[in-house]
Amino acid sequence: MARVPLHAFAHGRTGDKGDRSNISVIAYRPEAFPFIVEQLTEARVAEAFRHRRPTAVTRYLLPKLHAVNFVIDGALDGGVNDALGLDTHGKSLVFLVLALELEVPASLLPKDSRR
Amino acid sequence: MAVEALAIGGGAGFSGDRTDAAGPVVETLVARGLPAAILFETLAERTLAAAQLARRQNPELGYEPQLDRFVGPILRACVEHRIPIVGNFGAANPRGAARRLQALARELGLPALRVGVVEGDDLSDERGRSLLAEYLPAGRGEPVSANVYQGAKPIADALRAGAQVVVTGRVADPSLAVGPAMAHFGWAEDDWTTLGRATMAGHLLECGAQVTGGYFADPGFKEVPDLAHAGFPIAEVAGDGSFTIGKAANSGGLVDARTVKEQLLYEVHDPAAYLTPDVVADISEAEVHELGGDRVAVSGVRGHPRPPTLKVNAWFDGGWLGEAEISYAGPNAEARARLAADVVLERMGGALDIRFDLIGVLSLFADDRGRALAELAPGGARDVRLRAAAAHADRALVERLLAEVTALYTCGPAGGGGVRTSIRSRLSTVSCFVPRERAPARFEILD
Repeated sequence: MARVPLHAFAHGRTGDKGDRSNISVIAYRPEAFPFIVEQLTEARVAEAFRHRRPTAVTRYLLPKLHAVNFVIDGALDGGVNDALGLDTHGKSLVFLVLALELEVPASLLPKDSRR
Repeated sequence: MAVEALAIGGGAGFSGDRTDAAGPVVETLVARGLPAAILFETLAERTLAAAQLARRQNPELGYEPQLDRFVGPILRACVEHRIPIVGNFGAANPRGAARRLQALARELGLPALRVGVVEGDDLSDERGRSLLAEYLPAGRGEPVSANVYQGAKPIADALRAGAQVVVTGRVADPSLAVGPAMAHFGWAEDDWTTLGRATMAGHLLECGAQVTGGYFADPGFKEVPDLAHAGFPIAEVAGDGSFTIGKAANSGGLVDARTVKEQLLYEVHDPAAYLTPDVVADISEAEVHELGGDRVAVSGVRGHPRPPTLKVNAWFDGGWLGEAEISYAGPNAEARARLAADVVLERMGGALDIRFDLIGVLSLFADDRGRALAELAPGGARDVRLRAAAAHADRALVERLLAEVTALYTCGPAGGGGVRTSIRSRLSTVSCFVPRERAPARFEILD
């Protein structure tokens, strides 16, 4: 087992509506999906967003896409028309999640990201 | 005999999108020879607020400012090859956009253009205002404007009535694809599975290059060939709503399982309940299949009866947003930038809630309250841009912040350079839901 950032074996993107952010995390290889389900919990993501004081974090599973979808309420400092930050959409936020480290077998890492 | 599949191209995914993208899409549609339509989605939550402000300044404006540049390059080919154009580029003024498109057709020497105008989304008339009084949360006063999300039906009706172009204001983005498909195949309004599938085809098209390699590349992990010329998407929709997604011929970018999965989940909350005015689409069991040649089939999409309500976005005066930046570089740069923030804070004396970012240290992942920045121990970053931002109803107060950052040139820490300041008015948004029968859509054909 190796402790590696999600970014090494999963991808995803952020969407926004109002003060709600959704972040998908998709395993490159199906075998990685169970590790994401096991370790990338709602609590883990809520902790990553603690500074923004989200009111709710909900995780949806999409096993046929080998993906999870997080819906984070109150994550955008009011949303695109109210927040003061540079990235009021929160477009960059998927990379906050992809930076989280999970314990996975080294064999799961895709070849081109194991450099 | 089954009705031929309908090819639907995506010509734009937002107001600031590339204006040379639709041309190759239309060329591809013409070459394929299938019945076809092209959609333009140029109306993000934020864009409509800007359009409302423009119309307040000049009642002739308030439609998509890039309308000519989006439609001009393709109008002739679309008219000649009977490819309807559907766009929410009407924004806050669909009739204004329709008149402009008719003038554009005249300038191009084309016959009189039949433009369908879809209305009913704008709730700023008396009937709309009384509806809002009933359903908006109390205490915010009178909204500047409000729009309800309309669906595919009035678009389909306008196309059946012979519109060559359909101009809408606020409609649900996927409805821009469902409308032409509904008109082409003659689908019933309660054919939920079919509408659910077509809705997800529209969902994949609505953001332009976001399904063809845009908003995707990550060097060393997710490579995208010729991203500079990513082709825009084309869906082929069958009579049962099932579809494949591909892209314009001879273009850059890519369509594969990864790009489709990312876009399938983009701005989706509960995957089993993607709400639109047309249907509740359900992708909880969806699968993607690579067909090769930048084509992907999506299967397993379902549909459930549409919601009884429609979503409304209402806009309120949001005061003034001021932003000011100054940079520090070299030895001890971060400490000088942090000191600059302290100076501004002290000079403003608590008059504003100011957000500070240390660009190059921590900015995008931080928060308006400064909690993340406060937790971060000072480091040794050597190229740091301090950003201060605040919003307030009192413009003079916001301008004071900009002046204080500017004064750092001579009064702040050593070596501060590159001050930039900006101030702009804002509209803030509040959402609610209204019974759909209280906010009916309508269409009219302008000859």
